[in-house]
Amino acid sequence: MDAALLVQLILLLPLAGAVFNGILPLFLPALRTREPLIGAVATAVVAIPFVLVLILFLGYEPGQPVIVDFFPWIVAGDLEVHFAYRIDELSLVMGLIVTGVGALIHLYAVGYMHGDSGFWRFFAYLNLFIFAMLNLVLGDNMVVLFLGWEGVGVCSYLLIGFWYTNLKNSAAANKAFIVNRIGDFAFLVAMFLLFRELGGLDFTTITEGGGAIPEATLNWIVLLLFIGATGKSAQIPLFVWLPDAMAGPTPVSALIHAATMVTSGLYLLARLSPVVLAAPDIMVVIAVVAALTAIMAASIAIAQNDIKKVLAYSTVSQLGYMFMAAGVGAFFVAIFHVMTHAFFKACLFLGSGSVIHAMHHVEHEVEHKTGKHIDPQDMRTMGGLKKYMPATSRTYFIAMLAIAGIPPLAGFFSKDEILFKAFEYGYDGHAYAWFVWIVGLLTAVLTAFYMARSYYLTFEGEERWPLADQVHPHESPWTMTVPLWVLAGLSVVGGFLGLPGVIAHGEWNLIHHWLGEPYGGPVAEPVLAPHGEGFLAIEWGLILLGAGIAFAGWLFARAKYRTDGLAYDAHLRAKLGGLYRAWEGKYYWDELYDRLVVRPLMRFSERGLAAFDRYVVDGAVNGVAALTAGISRGLRYMQTGIVQNYALAIVFGALLVISLILFA
Amino acid sequence: MPITSIVIFLPLLGALALLLVRGVSAIRWTALVTTTVTFLVSLLLWTGFDPAADPAVPQMVDVLSGWFPEWLDVKYVVGIDGLNLLLVLLTTLLGPIVVLGSWTYIGKQHRGYYALVLLLQTGVTGVFTSYDLFLFYIFFELTLIPMYFIIGIWGSENRIYAAVKFVIYTLVGSLLMLVAIIYLGYAAGNAVNGGVFTTDYFKLLAYDVPLGMQTWLFFLFALSFAIKVPLFPLHTWLPDAHVQAPTGGSVILAGVLLKMGTYGLVRFCLPFFPNAAQEYSVLFAVLAVIGIIYGALVARVQPDAKKLVAYSSVSHLGFVVLGLFAFNLEALQGALIQMINHGLSTGALFLIVGMLYERRHSRLMADFGGIARVAPVLSFFMVFSALASAGLPGLNGFVGEFLILIGSFQSSYTGGPVLVALATTGVILAAVYLLWMIYRTFFGEITHEANRTLPDLNPREVLVLAPLAVLMFVLGFFPHSFLKVSEPAAASLLDRIEEKRAAVLEAAEAAEAMAATFDGTQFEVAAPSTPAP
Repeated sequence: MDAALLVQLILLLPLAGAVFNGILPLFLPALRTREPLIGAVATAVVAIPFVLVLILFLGYEPGQPVIVDFFPWIVAGDLEVHFAYRIDELSLVMGLIVTGVGALIHLYAVGYMHGDSGFWRFFAYLNLFIFAMLNLVLGDNMVVLFLGWEGVGVCSYLLIGFWYTNLKNSAAANKAFIVNRIGDFAFLVAMFLLFRELGGLDFTTITEGGGAIPEATLNWIVLLLFIGATGKSAQIPLFVWLPDAMAGPTPVSALIHAATMVTSGLYLLARLSPVVLAAPDIMVVIAVVAALTAIMAASIAIAQNDIKKVLAYSTVSQLGYMFMAAGVGAFFVAIFHVMTHAFFKACLFLGSGSVIHAMHHVEHEVEHKTGKHIDPQDMRTMGGLKKYMPATSRTYFIAMLAIAGIPPLAGFFSKDEILFKAFEYGYDGHAYAWFVWIVGLLTAVLTAFYMARSYYLTFEGEERWPLADQVHPHESPWTMTVPLWVLAGLSVVGGFLGLPGVIAHGEWNLIHHWLGEPYGGPVAEPVLAPHGEGFLAIEWGLILLGAGIAFAGWLFARAKYRTDGLAYDAHLRAKLGGLYRAWEGKYYWDELYDRLVVRPLMRFSERGLAAFDRYVVDGAVNGVAALTAGISRGLRYMQTGIVQNYALAIVFGALLVISLILFA
Repeated sequence: MPITSIVIFLPLLGALALLLVRGVSAIRWTALVTTTVTFLVSLLLWTGFDPAADPAVPQMVDVLSGWFPEWLDVKYVVGIDGLNLLLVLLTTLLGPIVVLGSWTYIGKQHRGYYALVLLLQTGVTGVFTSYDLFLFYIFFELTLIPMYFIIGIWGSENRIYAAVKFVIYTLVGSLLMLVAIIYLGYAAGNAVNGGVFTTDYFKLLAYDVPLGMQTWLFFLFALSFAIKVPLFPLHTWLPDAHVQAPTGGSVILAGVLLKMGTYGLVRFCLPFFPNAAQEYSVLFAVLAVIGIIYGALVARVQPDAKKLVAYSSVSHLGFVVLGLFAFNLEALQGALIQMINHGLSTGALFLIVGMLYERRHSRLMADFGGIARVAPVLSFFMVFSALASAGLPGLNGFVGEFLILIGSFQSSYTGGPVLVALATTGVILAAVYLLWMIYRTFFGEITHEANRTLPDLNPREVLVLAPLAVLMFVLGFFPHSFLKVSEPAAASLLDRIEEKRAAVLEAAEAAEAMAATFDGTQFEVAAPSTPAP
């Protein structure tokens, strides 16, 4: 099959699925409850594109990007934007992640969403999301990418607020969309600048011509693109929407808010890596912001009791790692971590979903028997679930070790490579990279610690929900556990795609060879001075350090949380005092934005502008009208209708005219 | 066959026919059939239009002269070109939609209402198709009267105030324009028409208005059109008119009546007075950007859903004005397509708010809440239209806004990149107020008992909204089919503006140079009016 047809099918199948699952049942309510049909169609229209991307991937000749140009979209003057798609090393990797992980999560959601009255709507949104995400990663120009960029934002909005009867969910959805729009605003302005400088918005024009843009303008462009990325990929200062986004159903958190959409900022930077590299000052900004985000989010995660909140802050933190890589020029490593993170974080989220699924059952039973209410997401009322949910606990454990960086699981290789690249860039003379490296190491300890905490609080120790001896949770159905096992498997082996440089001098770092510019790929990297002889020893040392840190964090948490985790939390709270409270309060970002931005703007709009509109702008209009009416009212008295008055006026008038003629 | 004239006057014919039929049902059906047939006939304009022909020459022209004495060159001349084709189609499309949308909303004096709606359509179509300034003016004023009655008779509680305000505000502007038209007619007559007063569009276009005069005439025209748009700070008639008008009135008002303002700017103001327009472009850009932000922020704090949508129009039309004053093809094309897009998405929003009003007799968002549960189809159309209005790529709103912004950003007439970046914050604010409306109206638990039994859309209402939704999608993904209709005309307009600007400037400089050379010799400076090639 030729590439154009494949790309067409890859894009249009999910869209057709969205129409089938969304528009048809909307107007034909009888279809809404046909769960097997809807679930099968929804999963198939993602699974088939996965196979098709795989076909493209297997038939791809490295270094020979295929561009498929369908039809002109927005053409005016010099601007020529087509619906054009690019098949190359980078888009294929992203496409495989999106459709592969996507298909697994669709399958999982068939079980998870069973019985929900919005089942059809859910899968329509999910399919639409895949369509938008594929536009994002396959598009050959900034505008098609932006179509996907905003499209995934809308799907995210619709899915966060999926259970709309609870206004809290809808508020979280609004927040996500609006915060993302702030980032999109920056993205738009970056596009305007790029078009002004280069006269085109396709990737070839940008990556080839980007370096020639004057430095100040280029810095603005890269900075604005990064701001756009901080919105979608949840970095300081725009990350605040992501934790709230957990209001959506858990498969959504796994697919959109962990594995795919939130990594699109990294994809953007990797796609435009030659341009980013030409703005070293902004790379400093990217790296520092990323490092601060990573450690901030990791510390917040320690103090969270909601299992999904832990994972949400963990995602923010891991995205920070990816941006650290981008900030030191290691874009391909960022994509490597995007991939491994998609495996283990999707596994963790789906595992948490499986737990929540089970705890819902417990919640109902407990409420039925005692009238008491428990939160099915609160780890404080979990514990000991290992006994009841073997598949979930095992896969969660594997994924937890992977994200903690225990060798030889996936997270170990990708995270270690990021830390190594930061170290190497510092070694090459970029002082800021040392800072990034150190923060990255600290974050790695925290990561292993809080992730292990979440595992032990949930699956081991006492069973802490009420009536634990009578009410038992159950393992989830196969549609949910199969995706868990697949993702856990990928979390084990995924790292071998990027073996570190110490092994065979980096010859086996497949992802580097696939993506990297030196090997003909699209992802650029900085040219570093050759290392000295002793560097190999340093590399081994760093690997041991990374592994040691991961083990230390894990084993420490294991010791503290395995039997009675709540006691250690209380101990931490007592010991750390204000710092712990700051973690619990998430460093008060929301409160800060509320006081500094939201409320002042609302006050200004309401008491300032709306009042101004009413009393000044409209007041002037009504004032003119009143003035006219007033003058007329005054003049009305001249029209008395009494002939004598008129005669008198005529006499005076005549006298006036005559005197003017005579004396003037 | 004089298709253009048929499209203009068929609704008028229908209005007359309404006087003959009896019974509410017959009246509605007559109106529906008339507008539908008009729309179908107007499709002939689309199929018959040749985008490859000379863009400066209108097609399907109908001329009727001789109804004025010889010393007045005033004609009936209508036609179609790239600048007005889509607007005419939008007008004829909204015809049946407005009639169907008013089907049950209008509860009294049906005959009068539908007759006025039809009369209004004739007026609006005439405005868009006139190639004679005097004719344009007649149609322009003709739209005022039906709208006055539509608001004043079928409007809500405060309708009289709103109707009077609408008429007087607009009239002030258009009377000033009339003064300018008469002046321009004489001046152009003297310069290019052998001393005969002329309002012929092409003769006026050929006349290079002297520099000093341009400023005055430009502002007289621009004021009239700016009120119509409306441009900040001349907008306060709009929320009142919208809120008080019945749904059908609001749809026409937002859909096409406001576009008469922006159309007037692009058809007359910019090409007639290019030097003045460019000199004062920053002023208009600043007002447009203020309108974008101001309209959006004020929209956000409205408790009344209809008022919110009305203020959103102020914001959206700000984009159009910004695009017009950028003087480049990207922005101008964006402004032209944005006029259509705003008509579709805001029209749909007004229809939906009207449907809610019909159900609950309230426009206050606080009286709703949670109705997504009982009215999923209604909610779908609302979310869809709101996203289109918020400029989501893939739906129509994005295409226009993107072109306008990217064009204005490159332009040296719109006050620089920072101002355009400020305008771009409109994309954030649009999301803020539209999502707020959806949040407040559709989501959450149902808090009012009356909403528990709120009926979802009936087939007629789906039929009203579906074509708009389809078009929002089509214009979002396939705007090229529409953009290419107006591109040659827009490009030729910009060329014409540039040529004329240079010619006027040259003439002014030549005059100055001559005055300097023959200083003190009492040399009579010839009127710098070189007829254009």
